Amino acid sequence: MNWLHTVFILVGAFLAVFWEAAFGGLRYLIGAQVDLLPALMVYTSLCLGMTTITLLAALGGLWLDSLSANPLGVSVLPLFIVGLAIHTKRDLILRDQTFAQAVLGGAASVAVPVLTLLLLLTTRHTPLFGWGTLWQLVVMCAAGAVATPICFELFGWLDRTLVHPRAAESSFRSDREIRRGKD
Amino acid sequence: MLQRPHYIALGLVVLLTLIMLNLPSQTTARLKLGIGSVFLPLFGLAGSSQEAIEEAGGTLLPRRELLQQLESLRQENQHLRIQAMQADDTSRENARLRQLLGWQRQVPWKLKLARVVLREPSNWWRTLQIDLGSRDGLRVNQPVLTADGLVGRVSSVSLTRSQVLLLGDPECKVSAQVENETHDSGIIGSSGPLNSEFVEMGYLSGSANLKPGHLVKTSGNGGIYPPNIPIGTIVDSHPVEYGLATVARVKLAANLNALKEVWVMFP
Repeated sequence: MNWLHTVFILVGAFLAVFWEAAFGGLRYLIGAQVDLLPALMVYTSLCLGMTTITLLAALGGLWLDSLSANPLGVSVLPLFIVGLAIHTKRDLILRDQTFAQAVLGGAASVAVPVLTLLLLLTTRHTPLFGWGTLWQLVVMCAAGAVATPICFELFGWLDRTLVHPRAAESSFRSDREIRRGKD
Repeated sequence: MLQRPHYIALGLVVLLTLIMLNLPSQTTARLKLGIGSVFLPLFGLAGSSQEAIEEAGGTLLPRRELLQQLESLRQENQHLRIQAMQADDTSRENARLRQLLGWQRQVPWKLKLARVVLREPSNWWRTLQIDLGSRDGLRVNQPVLTADGLVGRVSSVSLTRSQVLLLGDPECKVSAQVENETHDSGIIGSSGPLNSEFVEMGYLSGSANLKPGHLVKTSGNGGIYPPNIPIGTIVDSHPVEYGLATVARVKLAANLNALKEVWVMFP
């Protein structure tokens, strides 16, 4: 497992949560604030392991809830479920295709808020909820569909630039190497 | 197909969620503030970058426009000074009459300016965070307002920042009174998920005589908000519960979308 890659993801999640809380301009222009954590989760679940998925869900969810009026911990499980669902089927997904990334990002960006709202309603909270929520989900879906391929590009570039590439293994066994020379 | 590590991770996350959701509210509030404090270095960064953008915008403003603004502000200042002189006289007269009648003296509002540092990242609550905390003397449930009208109330306080519940949030209810002949009173409730300019005023009597444009102010009931803080104006109303009650739509006086600075009211 590459820890530097995990650190990039977590730093990305940290900055994404802060951006969502610090810059609310989008909400007043289009009526909804976009959530970048599902897009990050799609990238993580397709490219990294269970440890990073769990860390991203736990830390990202707790960071988001700490800056929000959400009950602490309510965003963790929805993020993790989406990550786990994609991770278990990742062998069947064409993860290098931009279209597949966009579709998964859009679907995850809808699934996470819907699951969070369900969890809030089952824990006897009363969030703002109505027909307008549908529009907000459409906006979040579109934003997730755009953000996910960008995540793949950005973290792929960071990975190529800063992470040491794995040494390519020789296909020949060392004991079968043909030694050349006079001996 | 789920494998053993998947089950372990799922179990851990479910356990974490269950523990977090079942913690006592005070512990949760402390944990929230503790976790949220990791963002402290970024608050300053965001503030200074915003200031730099505003400064850059200021340098691009033409001199003629600045002079025009200065002239209009000068005129407004003179006008306000004359109004303040008049208000001073009225206030003294009011105090004297109250003393003669033996009424309780009105206490002037004590206000402290706060800067809005963060907004609600999720779409189903209406909150924001300000840069005043317990070290500035802030307490839970203090009213928050702007020059235009009521904004909300302080819902949680940490050392350096506080969370404000805005009008329209499902948790922010305000006892309000309409400025009409019958002084109908009701409760300001939540807004829709999309439109934060309008809130619903419920629990109004079925015979309430409401007209568009009527002012809505705090009634002073409930012990959190003092009376006569402007909330907004009536837009429309309709009967509910077979005509036994009325629900009105109120346009808020304060623009909650453009809040940069707010005033916190001290008792």
